[in-house]
Amino acid sequence: MIPVLELHDLCVTLRQHRRAIELVKGVSFSVHAGECLGVLGESGSGKSMSIKAAMGLLNKSFLVSGSARFQGEELLGKSAEELRRLRGGKVGIVLQNPMTCFDPLYRIGQQISETFLAHNSWSADEIRNRSLALLEKMQIRNPEEVLEKYPHQLSGGMLQRIMIGIATSMEPALLVADEPTTAIDAITQFEILDELIRIKRDANTAMIFISHDLDAISRVADRIVVLNQGQVVDQGDFDHILHHASDPYTKLLVEKRADVMRRYCQVLQGKERNYA
Amino acid sequence: MRERFFHNRTAVVTVLFVLIIAMIGILAPVLAPHDPYETDILNKFAEYSLEYPLGTDHLGRCVLSRLIYGIRPTLGLALLTMLGTIGLGALLGIMAGYFRGVVEEVIMRVVDVMLSFPSQIMVFAVVGLLGISVQNVIIANVFIKWAWYARMIRTGVMQYRDRNFVQFSRCVGMPERFILFRHLLPSITSDLAVLASLDVGWAIINISTLSFLGLGVQAPTPEWGAMLNEAKEVLTSNPIQMIAPGVAIVLLVCCFNLMGDALRDVLDPKEVEK
Amino acid sequence: MKRYVIRRLLLAIPLLLAISFVCFVFINIIPSNPAEVALRVQQMPVITEEAIAEMEVMLGLNKPFIVRYFDWVLGCLHGDFGINYVNPARTVAGELARCLPATLQLAAVSFVIVLVLSVPIGFLCAVYKDGWFDKIMRAIIFISTAMPAYWVGLLLMWGISVKLDLLPTNGSGTWQHLILPSFTVALSYISTYIRLIRNNMLENMNQDYVLYANVRGLPQKSIMVKHILKNSMHTCIVAMGMSIPQMIAGTIVVENVFSWPGLGTLCISSIFNRDLPVIQTYVLLIGVLFVVFNLVFDVLQTVSDPRLRKED
Repeated sequence: MIPVLELHDLCVTLRQHRRAIELVKGVSFSVHAGECLGVLGESGSGKSMSIKAAMGLLNKSFLVSGSARFQGEELLGKSAEELRRLRGGKVGIVLQNPMTCFDPLYRIGQQISETFLAHNSWSADEIRNRSLALLEKMQIRNPEEVLEKYPHQLSGGMLQRIMIGIATSMEPALLVADEPTTAIDAITQFEILDELIRIKRDANTAMIFISHDLDAISRVADRIVVLNQGQVVDQGDFDHILHHASDPYTKLLVEKRADVMRRYCQVLQGKERNYA
Repeated sequence: MRERFFHNRTAVVTVLFVLIIAMIGILAPVLAPHDPYETDILNKFAEYSLEYPLGTDHLGRCVLSRLIYGIRPTLGLALLTMLGTIGLGALLGIMAGYFRGVVEEVIMRVVDVMLSFPSQIMVFAVVGLLGISVQNVIIANVFIKWAWYARMIRTGVMQYRDRNFVQFSRCVGMPERFILFRHLLPSITSDLAVLASLDVGWAIINISTLSFLGLGVQAPTPEWGAMLNEAKEVLTSNPIQMIAPGVAIVLLVCCFNLMGDALRDVLDPKEVEK
Repeated sequence: MKRYVIRRLLLAIPLLLAISFVCFVFINIIPSNPAEVALRVQQMPVITEEAIAEMEVMLGLNKPFIVRYFDWVLGCLHGDFGINYVNPARTVAGELARCLPATLQLAAVSFVIVLVLSVPIGFLCAVYKDGWFDKIMRAIIFISTAMPAYWVGLLLMWGISVKLDLLPTNGSGTWQHLILPSFTVALSYISTYIRLIRNNMLENMNQDYVLYANVRGLPQKSIMVKHILKNSMHTCIVAMGMSIPQMIAGTIVVENVFSWPGLGTLCISSIFNRDLPVIQTYVLLIGVLFVVFNLVFDVLQTVSDPRLRKED
């Protein structure tokens, strides 16, 4: 079976003032339909950079080499227009910081419909119906009112859900979630993760979940790739990462996590003892 | 710091250029081929030649000599203006930033009012009310510009006031005056140098504009703006006459603007890395 | 929204008072007695003590300072700005009214030129950042900020009017007279606004919403125009609006180069004639214009920004 997205030896170099800084140094991984790949790594490890490079979201000062295949087709070297048609259509992407991702000057409805218009030639009625359906599917109350709202009038969790709704509305083959839970509070995080799990189950979409949060990744991902300083240092399922990690960096990451968990349990127990 | 300065080619070249211009101005009597006031009606509107490298004007005076002598009022008055502006601005800014309270309130409200006036008009207003003279031109330019410096310096002082090293000095029991001069002034100097070099260009244009309109340096004195005023009168018969002073102003102002940008790079390493 | 406008209006009042006070103080702190100046300007052969005293009464100079200030402000509110020193038969208000239309005409045309040129050029510079167009424009901007407006005026006059004989050198009357002066006024502002729009657009390009627009696969043209340009113009509204009074004030030099019969020419000739009330009123007028335009465009920006606009 052809993987939905396959990166092979992908390199990204930033050229600046006659200096070249290699940010991603030969990353390879792939994701199949119905599978969720978790990409783990701290900020600056090149997680989002590799996806952005594959999708043509980097500007001209970045040099991309290697190979990135989407459903067997090479993405690098495709024209900007071809990549544009892919993004938002076949590939849905969810970003972090939902509060700043929407243009503050346009209503939510306008921003949803311009996305639809960029990929389809639907009538105004159809766009409206589909927008409402999108919001309903994301369990947003009063969808008609929300369409008329400006981004600043909605909460971060609500915007994040709208973002997921837009990303999934065009039945993508691949859904990329780039740290979708980092900028929102814990309860909303939980709901957003549930939403993503539901999408994966219902639609048989391939999903890439990028995060530095081991906890969040462990809930949604079937397989995990660990990135450090632009290189893949470890991959396997969650159990493998947790117990048999070979790379020192991965071990460190897991240990830190375990420490936090242990402390958390201690505190909980201590509390229970106090109550008793 | 010194190393960074010598590494920055623009900074070195522009500073050298300004120094050379200033030297030429100081050494004008030695370098100028002719007396800038010596008229020779018979030889008016002479072409460029070895004798008169930039030709002669409508009174037969050597344009090059007038240009060289013109450095003195043009550059000198601009520098004098900046000196006055920075002096007044620094005094009031430091007072507002350091002593706070009523002093600050009063100074800053005056600054607000000053900044809400269009500066170009204020120059004319001050010159108009005080009368036409070189000294009033400088007063006018200082008057409209000091508020910018006062505000900037106050912000600087406020920022540095609460920095650890200043608070440390205070804890150690250094006298206030010592803290002010030992720590605050050097910290603000870099911002000041950048802004000031950019504003020298502005002052040159402003002063030459006033002279051009006949409100500043008066006719026979060789000043670039005044020279352009004379050139305007003979625009149709000898258009060449307005080229030299104009180009001189543009070059000098460009140089100061470049210098300001280069100094910013030299003095603020953060900006370069971005 | 309403409350914001009212608050803004109330805040403008002390500023207006302060400006008028400065204007008033100006004329009163000058070293010479205004009455004496007035007499001198009218070329009275022998200035006697009685004549000065008589003039003081006529100009109301014998009253206390504060009373005079309020008299003056009240007069200004009624459109009475005093009398012309040079020609007491003429009022200052009349003089200004005579010259204002020409200046407004010049400033309006300049403003249109600035808008028409700086928005597209700034936009293109940002879109093709570091490309040849951007580099050439940046060089031109750099040099034009160092060119004194009067010299540009002279060069244009010489090149276009004298050499090519396309347009009249000076004076006013037809639209052809307007072209050179308005272009000269515009030139010094165009560079400022190109830079403003370019930098603002570049700043906006790094915003998350642009990345997200790309993520959604919107066409580049729509991102640039509908999103980035709109957002940048939005932050530039106040600066753009403030350029109108700046241009009205900025015509002063250019008017003199091209002998345009507007406020600038009036102001300069008043300076030469020591006609203090005219200068005073001119400064007051420009100061008030600044406050008013600032107010109007601040409110406009608030109204057009959904984040600041409170839906009533």
